[in-house]
Amino acid sequence: MGGVVLVFDVLLAAALIWLAWQATHTPGLFRAVISFIIFGLLMALAWVRLEAPDIALAEAAIGAGATGALLLSALGRLAVTDEAGTPWQERADLTFWIPAGLALLGLLTLAAWYLPSPGLGQEVQASLPDSGVQNPVTAVLLNFRAFDTLLEIGVLLLATIAIWSLGPMPMPGAQAIISPVLPALGRILFPMFALVSIYLLWRGSHAPGGAFSAGAVIGAGGILSILAGARPWLTGSAYGPWRVLLSLGLSAMLAVALGVIVLGQPFFAYPTHLAGTIVLLLELAAGLSIAMSLVALYLAGQPPTHWDGESLRQ
Amino acid sequence: MIYLALAGVLFVIGLHGLFLAGHPLRKILSLNVLSAAVFLLLVALAREADPLDAVPHAIVLTGIVVSVSATAVALVLLVRLSPPKRDSKEVTRKEGR
Repeated sequence: MGGVVLVFDVLLAAALIWLAWQATHTPGLFRAVISFIIFGLLMALAWVRLEAPDIALAEAAIGAGATGALLLSALGRLAVTDEAGTPWQERADLTFWIPAGLALLGLLTLAAWYLPSPGLGQEVQASLPDSGVQNPVTAVLLNFRAFDTLLEIGVLLLATIAIWSLGPMPMPGAQAIISPVLPALGRILFPMFALVSIYLLWRGSHAPGGAFSAGAVIGAGGILSILAGARPWLTGSAYGPWRVLLSLGLSAMLAVALGVIVLGQPFFAYPTHLAGTIVLLLELAAGLSIAMSLVALYLAGQPPTHWDGESLRQ
Repeated sequence: MIYLALAGVLFVIGLHGLFLAGHPLRKILSLNVLSAAVFLLLVALAREADPLDAVPHAIVLTGIVVSVSATAVALVLLVRLSPPKRDSKEVTRKEGR
């Protein structure tokens, strides 16, 4: 059994190195982008092997799914897509980069060797009963280190604002092949995306899952619907205040962080008997914000407030 | 141990690509490979601990979301900065002249 696992690890590592090389050095941008998407999928396998299923779920949905869609849509808008690749065969490159690479590898290994190995696992396990959830990763994300998550949701909102401030969203061109399958598939699949993401959100309190994977899955569903011709109703007031959801995560986390002060607790310290409820509500808000932000990032610009016609592709 | 070495190799590949790549999209991809290497290093170290250290896992989850935001902004800037896409017919006509 150990031998088989070792062979699997070595094969996975070799495939990851080859794909990373393809993505960064071999000629042709399209090949590079596709290699990077497969790299993301195989990274999800590596996370499973490293006993990090939470990261595997998020990587499969965000790293391979959302980043792949972003890269492909950017590639479609670039004028020049064939380039010569990264040069690496010149002598100056080889004489500098091989020793430098080996030295860097050695230093990294040495640093990893000397790092304190016990980590914070004991402390997390000891305070887990107070956190309101049974999954240690969710406990760290939304209770012990909730401040990091607050800043991260802030970064996501900031990225959306930055992209929207660059101008109106580019309208997608006409489809090369008009297919009735894509809109129908988008309509049928979206409830499934919603169901899976609600399940992941609920599961997050006691098993791998949680706001990040849930938000990423429903965000991917949103991107699929837009690809199928749905209109992103993120701005304007004709279809309801959807854009409020973009900042819901940040405002909910800030409200909780400051609200607990009123209850006589320090900044971001939940009362123990309310911790479970607070974590679940924050997960819901953060998951919705992550999903909406992923869709907003994919649009690559501010969507118009008014839509004419039934869908983008009519 | 394999994964620690893998993180190191990916780090070097990503760094080399980031410094020497000609096309900006290639640099963005290299940066993503580089960040994947750093995430791998963190989680591989967390696995050595007993019991499993959940803090690096949470940091990496946060990092993945931050890196996808940074990639999205970089890609939009790249598309807005590059010359607009022309029809292939137009290009050949201009080159033939």
